[in-house]
Amino acid sequence: MKYVDEFRDGDTARHLAERIAAEADPARRYAFMEFCGGHTHAIARYGVASLLPANVRMIHGPGCPVCVLPIGRVDQAIALALQHGAIVCTYGDTMRVPASGGLSLLKAKARGGDIRMVYSAADALKVARQNPAREVVFFAIGFETTTPPTALVLRQAAAEDLANFSVLCCHVLTPAAITHVLNSPEVAQWGTVPLDGFVGPAHVSIVIGSAPYEPFAAAYRKPVVIAGFEPLDMMQAILMLVRQVNDGRAEVENEFVRAVGREGNAAAIAAMAEVFEHRESFEWRGLGTVPDSALRLRPAYARFDAEQRFSLTYQPVPDHKRCECGAILRGVKTPSDCSLFGTVCTPDNPMGSCMVSSEGACAAHYAYGRFKDIPVVAA
Amino acid sequence: MCLALPALVVERRDGDEALVELGGVRKSVSLALVPAAAVGDYVVVHVGFAIGLLDPEEAARTLALFAEAAEAAR
Repeated sequence: MKYVDEFRDGDTARHLAERIAAEADPARRYAFMEFCGGHTHAIARYGVASLLPANVRMIHGPGCPVCVLPIGRVDQAIALALQHGAIVCTYGDTMRVPASGGLSLLKAKARGGDIRMVYSAADALKVARQNPAREVVFFAIGFETTTPPTALVLRQAAAEDLANFSVLCCHVLTPAAITHVLNSPEVAQWGTVPLDGFVGPAHVSIVIGSAPYEPFAAAYRKPVVIAGFEPLDMMQAILMLVRQVNDGRAEVENEFVRAVGREGNAAAIAAMAEVFEHRESFEWRGLGTVPDSALRLRPAYARFDAEQRFSLTYQPVPDHKRCECGAILRGVKTPSDCSLFGTVCTPDNPMGSCMVSSEGACAAHYAYGRFKDIPVVAA
Repeated sequence: MCLALPALVVERRDGDEALVELGGVRKSVSLALVPAAAVGDYVVVHVGFAIGLLDPEEAARTLALFAEAAEAAR
């Protein structure tokens, strides 16, 4: 496939690996956080980590929207279906996120909830048009990539004056989350989790551009390299980060220039700004309450806001006490540090959110890396 | 969640709709967020919406950068 296959060439990956090994200073260690779940998936699937020298380590960040969705929000969506009788539409990954009482949206569907998996927010709107006598709620999650489609759908619903459609808005913001990771006690108290730089999101940056990372790179003195999701993009970005660290620079660089500009997608930014405003605070799974890190509907769209329409109140719910997703999302622990990993918690039966989406750190490690944890013993 | 792939615009339809092709699969998506996209362009498609355009010149430049690294490694 064009613009895909040529960024997966094995020989080129090995050459890039040689460059990284040649330029990484053997006297120091490099730790880079890939913020985005897409990068976590690419690193695990293509064995990028095994191509890196031992002193260059990748740390999974909180950039998988499914992984950071707190239990309390899934509970709200389940309540809409089971208690309010609404048709709840959502993206596939969201269906399996564990909620309270051993439930998930998928299990609530088995209990009779009218919960439907959609490919696009536009499909949720179609369901509303087809079922005028029923309340239809789109459970909207995701970073700045899925937000513009939700905004367009809300604009369309307003234009059509659809009376039975609303959105449970759980859209979150990338720059706020990266800042929060750096402010977390483990990272702020230097030494426990040293982070030397970030691989910036690919598709989020198509929408918001590279500029939003600039104040962050300057304030925290951390280099950011925006990278595409193919393995060669990752390798090149890691090389660029190693060079920045070696030079003592902390700049925003863009490896994904074929799709990302400095200013982002103006049409998408305008649609988001028209429909959404900042929430003062929002709970993230694993990160706790993060100020200014999420969006809600503007007052002009209040009639489409499921939280107001159904008078929902948010009830935080703690994770399973042995689940380490929170620490994994902050880069403090790895999947194999968790006692639930691969035993009771598997992709078929996820206990924690990092095991749900294939982009979660635990699911990626389970699918592609778990046998590397077992030492090879000659027979 | 973040799965988005480059797809070729093969036909513009009514309103913002367009037919795109990806590895032999054809699908109708919305071009509302990339109104400038024309037939023959590559767009990045995510959850049924094109969220951005791919710049073929910049893609070629990135591939050239990889080739340079390969050259330097030899």
